[in-house]
Amino acid sequence: MATHTGGLTLEKNKGRGLTLDQAVEVRGLTRKYDDRAVLDDLDLSIKPGEFVALLGKSGSGKSTLLRALAGLDYDVVGDGELAVPANVSVVFQDSRLLPWARVLDNVVLGLRRADERGRESLAEVGLAGREKAWPNELSGGEQQRVALARSLVREPALLLADEPFGALDALTRLKMHVLLRKLCAAHQPAVLLVTHDVDESIVLADRVIVLDEGRIVAEEPIELAEPRSPVDPGFAAVRSKLLDALGVSL
Amino acid sequence: MTQLATLPAIRTQHPVTQPVRRRRRLGPGKQIKFGASIGPVLLLIAWSIGSATGWLDPRVLSAPWTVVTTTGELIADGRLQSNLLTSAQRAFAGLGLGILLGTVLALLSGLSRLGEAILDGPIQIKRAIPSLALLPLLILWLGIGESMKITTITLGVFVPIYIHTHNGLRTIDSRYVELAETVGLSRWEFIRRVVLPGALPGFLLGLRFAVTAAWLSLVVVEQINSTSGIGYMMELARTYGQTDIIIVGLVLYGALGLLSDGAVRLIQRRALSWRRTLAD
Repeated sequence: MATHTGGLTLEKNKGRGLTLDQAVEVRGLTRKYDDRAVLDDLDLSIKPGEFVALLGKSGSGKSTLLRALAGLDYDVVGDGELAVPANVSVVFQDSRLLPWARVLDNVVLGLRRADERGRESLAEVGLAGREKAWPNELSGGEQQRVALARSLVREPALLLADEPFGALDALTRLKMHVLLRKLCAAHQPAVLLVTHDVDESIVLADRVIVLDEGRIVAEEPIELAEPRSPVDPGFAAVRSKLLDALGVSL
Repeated sequence: MTQLATLPAIRTQHPVTQPVRRRRRLGPGKQIKFGASIGPVLLLIAWSIGSATGWLDPRVLSAPWTVVTTTGELIADGRLQSNLLTSAQRAFAGLGLGILLGTVLALLSGLSRLGEAILDGPIQIKRAIPSLALLPLLILWLGIGESMKITTITLGVFVPIYIHTHNGLRTIDSRYVELAETVGLSRWEFIRRVVLPGALPGFLLGLRFAVTAAWLSLVVVEQINSTSGIGYMMELARTYGQTDIIIVGLVLYGALGLLSDGAVRLIQRRALSWRRTLAD
């Protein structure tokens, strides 16, 4: 057992170097809270440009894994090795826009001379013309689109998304799925999407991983024709497999 | 079902002759036009009647019209302006220094644990001691000149600025700190983009208290061994029993207090316009 700073090797892959062929490389990752292993000797690799969805019940360790990859797990007891690209963006469940900064300033937060790119990014998520709005003036879906623009304007090699559509209504969520697929096709980041929505994972991902008690219990490549539709028999087959792995029997 | 069926029968037994009672509203009701000025106007009327009938002795309280003519005389010979200027200079100097001191201390103590360990305790102790209780000590140290007066005002001002800015800073949502880390903000960018704007509502609330504290301290220091200022003008008037001049001074203090509070609220509305969608 070792602390984050002690035993854990967190190596940032600066452009090229450590892992040329993989965007994410995790080996033997263990994280413990009060001696309970939330992540238990976990291995995972994600190819550049690959969209991986992470399914699991609450408490299965999916958010812990995402936070470990984002480098947000200070003072957590753990072990293992992980390598992530230098350029990682995170989309949270809440849009996490600074309420006192206008939309464009939120998008380019921390970037220099990026206003033009920020505008383009806003246009990409369908919010051209809202640069001067305050976050509070936007709807929940619009706020989350700004958060997506804030992530993508940084051209991340890895996009980490922690239930980004969890707080949106069902109709808005469907629109966001279409938008996210379009954006990922255009920018080609590797994506790790944490979700508890099985249909969402099948619609969006190239590969779905099911996590239970800190271990990967199922892995399912999704090879369905576009557009992916729940009425497709192949869709239903994958869904029942994943639900099985999640311990939900229908 | 059976209850529903009997309902119409019950209704016919109570014909429309009994008017429907309107529900009483529990709220205070509609806003009265110029409501805020009704109380002061009534007071002014009572004062005028009292003075006109001779029921109020002019030695106790001068008549309102005497106060008005006295104001005119004071302006004509320039005493009002010069005293007001002196007072305003003191108040603003103390306010400015206090704001600076309070903000810097709040940042030092809010952003570093060491800063908090060193600064917060002494400031809380200072807060428990009224500034005016320090006056004897300050007079011994600094004499009775301007530096003593401005120091007293500064000491009264920095505490509310510190308390509210520090509190505003510490209540910034930790989720924003996490965001700042994921987008890779530097320490200075973090302060500029997240900490300062996040603490601004607290700072501005502190400013409202600070402005009041500045005028309050001013009144006291000007009545001690002063040779100029509104407080001195009033002290002098007391010696000669001129209640009209005392009242001119009181009205001035009141007007200055109201004006400056209004100014801070205006700043507040401008600076926090991002909150308007929620608050206003």
